[in-house]
Amino acid sequence: MDLYEHQARALFEEHGIPVPRAEVTDSPQEARAIARRLGGSVVVKAQVKTGGRGKAGGVRLAADPAGAERAARLILGRDIKGHRVGKVMLAQPVDIETEFYVAYVLDRAAGRFLAIASAEGGMEIEEVAAARPEAVARTPIDPAEGVTSAKAGEIAEAAGLAPQTVDVLVRLWEVLVRQDAVLVEVNPLVRTRQGHILALDGKVTLDDNARFRQARWSTDSVAYDDPLEAVAAAKGLNYVKLDGEVGVIGNGAGLVMSTLDVVAGCGARPANFLDIGGGASAQVMADGLGVILSDPAVKSVFVNVFGGITACDAVADGIVRALDEVRLTKPLVVRLDGNNAARGRAVLDARAHPLVQQATTMDGAARRAAELADASRRSGTWPSS
Amino acid sequence: MAIFLTKESRVLVQGMTGGEGMKHTRRMLAAGTHVVGGVNPRKAGQSVDFDDRVVPVFGSVADGMRATGADVTVVFVPPAFAKAAVVEAADAGIGLAVVITEGIPVHDCVAFTSYAKKKGTRIVGPNCPGLITPGQSNAGIIPADITRSGRVGLVSKSGTLTYQLMYELRDIGFSTCVGIGGDPVVGTTHIDCLAAFQDDPDTELIVLIGEIGGDAEERAAAYIREHVTKPVVGYIAGFTAPEGRTMGHAGAIVSGSAGTAQAKKAALEAVGVKVGNTPTETARLVLALLDTVREAPQA
Repeated sequence: MDLYEHQARALFEEHGIPVPRAEVTDSPQEARAIARRLGGSVVVKAQVKTGGRGKAGGVRLAADPAGAERAARLILGRDIKGHRVGKVMLAQPVDIETEFYVAYVLDRAAGRFLAIASAEGGMEIEEVAAARPEAVARTPIDPAEGVTSAKAGEIAEAAGLAPQTVDVLVRLWEVLVRQDAVLVEVNPLVRTRQGHILALDGKVTLDDNARFRQARWSTDSVAYDDPLEAVAAAKGLNYVKLDGEVGVIGNGAGLVMSTLDVVAGCGARPANFLDIGGGASAQVMADGLGVILSDPAVKSVFVNVFGGITACDAVADGIVRALDEVRLTKPLVVRLDGNNAARGRAVLDARAHPLVQQATTMDGAARRAAELADASRRSGTWPSS
Repeated sequence: MAIFLTKESRVLVQGMTGGEGMKHTRRMLAAGTHVVGGVNPRKAGQSVDFDDRVVPVFGSVADGMRATGADVTVVFVPPAFAKAAVVEAADAGIGLAVVITEGIPVHDCVAFTSYAKKKGTRIVGPNCPGLITPGQSNAGIIPADITRSGRVGLVSKSGTLTYQLMYELRDIGFSTCVGIGGDPVVGTTHIDCLAAFQDDPDTELIVLIGEIGGDAEERAAAYIREHVTKPVVGYIAGFTAPEGRTMGHAGAIVSGSAGTAQAKKAALEAVGVKVGNTPTETARLVLALLDTVREAPQA
């Protein structure tokens, strides 16, 4: 889960990393009052979980409280790369002398964390790394040792950072470890003309798997782009909304991803990714189908299950339960293979719903689901029987 | 011969007395695995009756190894306790720890994979279905009855795609199938399995299944070019995945231009690996290649 800039800033502050004074609001009037509290002149920054805010008009300088209110009014509600701006952060402007870049990222290949640091901060690190790779220092961190002052000194020296950044590097590592983050980034980390070190902007990505021991980040810190994603998350379903017309449900992340690809290969566009997981019960299947059928963009549904631990008869029971709970108005193509497949197919045969059809292969089922979605789109609505 | 797991393997199950542990221990026993004990510090000295088999419970991995000569452990303990379980197994000096548990924090994975490496313990997983040498032994949750012993080696990030390919190629059969898991940090990589299959006289052809996220498949491609002479058939899932969204597996995410299925497929094809567009087509490529391998005159 990515945090908003203001949440990252709050974490930095908690761990003793110096940050400029700032406050957050969703109201232009409040923005004016905040600017007054911060001394008049402020930077107004859109709080969205995407980069490139400045270029998209999401960051403005205001000379006084009235200007802060105007800037907030211009930014709030704006769409930045598909993210609607719900809040702005107002921060005291800083007299910058030098900008640095520092981050701890997961190095998947090495199975450990890596410090990435550069004396050329303030811009996209990928661009710096591409143009002048020698300007970006990469230092592996031994997980058993972490970042001590000595290690931080090594990182700062390798990247040519100011010596005062060593303390920030140690504290930033503490943020990573204590918060179970998979990424912490400060860009830019600046030295002011007065010689102070300040984290001007930051990004923190938390590990979703660590939520059980990081209780403070409740689900309301998660921004769902789509209301159905919130519904699915509340039911514990692994669901991602996409922009096509064939609903896809399957068991296992790999198989569902593969199913999306096979549907796309048949010339249709998948409407979603929904993984009912391993050993799914009939209720999980019914819940999943309920979510997908309530998406108006869905024209047909493809249920693709290879029963390993999951029993195909439980999946079939779930489909039948969903048919009893919701009025099916969209055609459903089901492919069941593996554990208890014959029993599962028999359950669906016995129910004999006119809009439910079975297929024997994954490729064949995808083709059929794509044809049905296409036919449904052409006719406007699917004839209910 | 198979890789990592044979009929001689003696298997402990950490978390055997839990719900998942019980269910899958029963399945492993049915598949012929020598499950020699469970581990649960609170239930040491007890035993569990699986149909007609009685499996003792030990208080620690070390005790279990001393009493039974176990060389493999399968870990079913919940995420919060998984790190301690793996560290305990590595401290006991076990050769192979198969970590089935899903949802382990990545900081814990970094810690225990690095620790196990220092101790000389191979980790398979986490968040994986384990590995199976059909007809010999099954350590994990892969269904044993969908295929049989044969000469194809399979390595995969995805559990269900492993099953799908095993099923499609059930008439051919497999030397060993290894599910390495879909987390960002895993103990055993595609490359580790490629190296082992290359050296395994029972493996004639290798199937490599990858998915979006990271660059493990690209690195595997580079390894194949330098070190693998056996034919390799690939499959990559996630061509339609949008950028920045995690697709089920914690590691399955396209970040900017990195980690795309297209790039992985291209990297594999560039070193001569045939890559299928669907699991079924991938199975067909395997069949076609096996024919040519078999028709080639033996040296």
